[in-house]
Amino acid sequence: MQPISEVTGASTGIARGDIVELTSIHKSSRMFARTASTLVRQVSRAGTRAYSDAPMAFTFASQSQVFYNKENVRQVDVPSFSGSFGILPSHVPSLAILKPGVLTVFEADGATKKFFVSSGIVSINEGSTVQILAEEAAGVEDLDLASAKDVLSKAHSDANSASSEEAKAEALIAVEVAEELVKAAESR
Amino acid sequence: MFRRATLLIPQNVGSDQVRGMATLKAIAMRLKSVKNIQKITQSMKMVSAAKFNRAERELKVARPYGAGTVEFFEKANVQPLEDKPQQLIIACSSDRGLCGAIHSNICKHIKALLATDTSNAAILCIGDKSRAQLSRVLANNIVAQVGEVGRTPATFEDAAKITTFILNSGIDYGSGKIIYNRFRTVVSYDTLELPIHTAASINAAEKIGVYDSLDADVIQSYLEYSLTSLLFFTLKEGACSEQSSRMTSMDSASKNAGEMIDKLTLTYNRTRQAVITGELIEIISGAAAV
Repeated sequence: MQPISEVTGASTGIARGDIVELTSIHKSSRMFARTASTLVRQVSRAGTRAYSDAPMAFTFASQSQVFYNKENVRQVDVPSFSGSFGILPSHVPSLAILKPGVLTVFEADGATKKFFVSSGIVSINEGSTVQILAEEAAGVEDLDLASAKDVLSKAHSDANSASSEEAKAEALIAVEVAEELVKAAESR
Repeated sequence: MFRRATLLIPQNVGSDQVRGMATLKAIAMRLKSVKNIQKITQSMKMVSAAKFNRAERELKVARPYGAGTVEFFEKANVQPLEDKPQQLIIACSSDRGLCGAIHSNICKHIKALLATDTSNAAILCIGDKSRAQLSRVLANNIVAQVGEVGRTPATFEDAAKITTFILNSGIDYGSGKIIYNRFRTVVSYDTLELPIHTAASINAAEKIGVYDSLDADVIQSYLEYSLTSLLFFTLKEGACSEQSSRMTSMDSASKNAGEMIDKLTLTYNRTRQAVITGELIEIISGAAAV
């Protein structure tokens, strides 16, 4: 897990706020996403703009696995550094950077799938094409809590023993990923 | 007996048999070496067939990844800036040869690109082969070389290392291209280029206005990650084309060696027969003379 976070964290140079603050953003924006989605539904029923009726071409892949390839889904909830947000069909085009956390996909047939993502990018383009490219991703049900805790304790000890500033920053990113990993494993 | 025979030959039979004896040995040696070469090419083919299977499996996964990265740049219609002509050219080859024209196609493509003007290009060679070929004509443009490519399948971490190097190296470029071989079938591939962009060209893109909530940090992180995933994708494409091309070229090398072996065996047997006949004639005519 460590080299992964080393890449995104070290090279992107994103300032990381503390976790408490991020989770609060997470919650509030999620609520917002929900209100937005109800709003959208009402609007589409009124017939002015066909929001959620338009199909969405959703691609979600990690470096070793393709989860969705241009499939139509109803909604995707994404953890990002600018706060968690939900993506519905015809979302306004945007770019975002994935934060370690749980990504939720609401499929067209009503099923909900949760994935843990370590880092990556999100691009939402015109014409409802959405690409989420994660560095590492796995279904939440595949996570093993015991080994996630091992990763976390190892990351903590690395962070404590890190000698240089750079190594310390890398180790702290690893800790953050591991904490989210444990949270995701506990939540299932 | 042999020595006597060779002594006698000039007077009796003419120089044919000297050549016959000497060539017999030479042909036997040649035959043996061709057989060894065939063994080598056959096993190389088997090895690359196994590696190719793996590379193809991994490529299937990497393709949506690459396509997903390219999509934004295409949809937003990002174009290189004209007022900054410096180019970064990444040659995506590897360290290993004996795979047809994989590496030379990439180098040819780059040479054609820079045929008229070489002043504004920085070349980053991934793999030994492209550096070896390009250093003959474009030595001044090569800024760096990535070694140890192709021994093991490329990983995302490898691509990340290359990106980190590019970002830290201070190469100042306005636009860029990755030259790579796109795998089509086992017997064919295309040498293509994939554009890479900078934050400045994204900000100047025609349709960037429709994108919401973009700040410099997001764009920079996005660019860095997308460069990594493009490199990852091209490395996978390159590896798959390389293995498939090695497989076919080793297959035809084995076939050619087989043909040579057939011909050499035929010549060897004929020459051997001629030598035996010659010796018999000597013996018989010697006996008749007594």
